[in-house]
Order: sequence, then structure tokens, then C-alpha cells
Amino acid sequence: MKKFFAKNRNDLIFIAIFVIFAIITYFSNFSFGFKVINNLKTSFIEMISYMPLIFILLGLFEAWVPREIIEKHIGKQSGAMGIFWVILLAMLQMGPLYSAFPVAYLLWRKGASVRNIFVYLGAFTTIKIPMLTFEIGYLGLKFSLLRTFFALPVFIVIAIIMEKIFGKEFKMNNTV
Amino acid sequence: MKLLIIVTFILLLLSLFLDKERTKEALRIAWNLLVNILPSFLTILIAVAFLLALLPKEALARLLGERSGAIGFVIAALLGSISLIPGIVAYPLSSVLIKNGAAYPIIAVFITTLMMVVIVTLPLEQKFFGFKVALVRNILSFIGAVLIGLLIAFVWRMI
Repeated sequence: MKKFFAKNRNDLIFIAIFVIFAIITYFSNFSFGFKVINNLKTSFIEMISYMPLIFILLGLFEAWVPREIIEKHIGKQSGAMGIFWVILLAMLQMGPLYSAFPVAYLLWRKGASVRNIFVYLGAFTTIKIPMLTFEIGYLGLKFSLLRTFFALPVFIVIAIIMEKIFGKEFKMNNTV
Repeated sequence: MKLLIIVTFILLLLSLFLDKERTKEALRIAWNLLVNILPSFLTILIAVAFLLALLPKEALARLLGERSGAIGFVIAALLGSISLIPGIVAYPLSSVLIKNGAAYPIIAVFITTLMMVVIVTLPLEQKFFGFKVALVRNILSFIGAVLIGLLIAFVWRMI
């Protein structure tokens, strides 16, 4: 509990200030305040209704997906199969970009090519399955499919360019 | 929404049937994620509620709407690059913006830069890859994100 407060201090202060703002609004009939509160109410109700479901899905996902098995498949093999395994591994992960760096380091240590390391980062940032669930829920299937469809070639091309530029001198450092 | 409820329930029951302990673990993970994200989620919703109250619908549509043109792309790409909002919060936020007049292709640029270009964590990325690699990756990703947005804008009306 203490940790929760420490970690979210700024957010909690902000929320507390807003609660005070809301109370003042109610007592003073401040019309701008009511506008803000109404905006929040509409978006909050809509957003919060999805949340428990999506979080349960994420939890099941974390508990059941056997990532170690896929990691075993990733090594020196390049070509289509190499790309396939790297993308699959990336899609089954969760978290922000910086949580992908240590995994990228492991891939590098295991002999993955420069291209595949950046394919991994590209897939991780744009087409993770947990995030796609969220995206489809909030922005619709059409948007999500189109974005995935275009993102896939774009990040593969980025990875190819990265390999062309840094191929020979590429080196990763372990900072963990 | 209905589909989401049904799928979640079926998977949850299936998981419970297969492995009770693992299901407990899954629910514990779900709860932790929810508790961790809720404060920043609320903060962003409050900030957006203020923004929408200050900025009339027409103004938002002018800045991020279908007719905003290049300006919308630039705003979305810059906002996406400098902010560090978790995806879990970014999607609901985007859906609020869309309901208030923002266009889908511009939201695509925002979300893609948000995920691929992270200036805030550049120092960390640099530690793993070195400065040059990290910088080039971010620049290429920025261009790629705008490209994705343009492609979506191009086909959005056709489909």
C-alpha cells in the first residue's frame, strides 16, 4: 500500500486536486467546472466498462503463454523462419518499449541477426497481441487491421535499413 | 463489447477447468495491472476532460480532424514522440479524441509514434545499443509512423 502511494504520488496528488475542484464546482455552480465533470463522466463510464474484461484477458495471457518454448527457436537461423519466430515472440509479450531491450540483448547473445533484432523491436512496439486486444476494443477492428497491415512491412523495412547501416559494427551492451 | 464479454468468460472458464492455480495467478496479475494503471489512467482522463472543456469541438477537429491536413500529422507525431503514455491508457484516450472530432489516420500516427519513438527513454536505449543506433532507430521509426498514417489516410475512405 505504501509502495502504491509512493509510486503514484504525482497522479494521486493530481486526482486529489481534481476532487477539490469538483467539490468547489458543486458548491459554487461554476459552469466550466460542470463541463469538465460531465466530460470526465462520459469518458470514464465508457472506458471503465471495458477494463476488467481486458485485464482478465491480459492476466490469462501472461499466465498461459509459453514464451520459453519460442525463445528456444530463436537463434542464428535467418530467412523467413527467423523473422516468423521473432515476430511471434514479440507479439506474445507485454509492456512498454524499454522492457523489450533486455530481451533484444538476449536475442543478440543467442546469435540473432541485426535485422531480426530490429524486427523484434518493431513487432514488439506495434503488433503485440495484448495491445491489439485493447486497440480493437477501443478503436475498432478496421483501424486495428489497417494499422497492423501497414506497420508490418514498415518495421521490416526499418530493420533491413538498420542492418545495412550498422550490420558490421553492431554491438549490444548488457546494462542489467 | 458483447463478443469481448463472451470470449473472456469462455477463456476464464476454460482456464479454471484446466488449472485452478494458474487461473488464480492470472487473476492476481490482472488485479495488479489494474491497480497499477488506474492512477495514471484517471489522471489522463481528467486532463483530457479539461482539454475538451477548454477546446471546443470545432477547434479539436481543426487541429486533429480530417481536414487538419499536414498540421494534424505534425501535432500527432510530435505528441506521440515526446510522451510516455502506456498503451493501456493510450487507446481509451484515442477513442475519446475520435469521439470529439479527431480523425483515424491522425490517431494512427499518434499511436505509432507513441509506441515506436520514445525520446524519454532514449538514454536507456542508448545504454543497450549505443547512441547512434538508438538515434537512427528513433528517426526511422518516426518517418515510418508518419508513413503508416498516410497509408491509412489514403485507404480509409475506400474501405
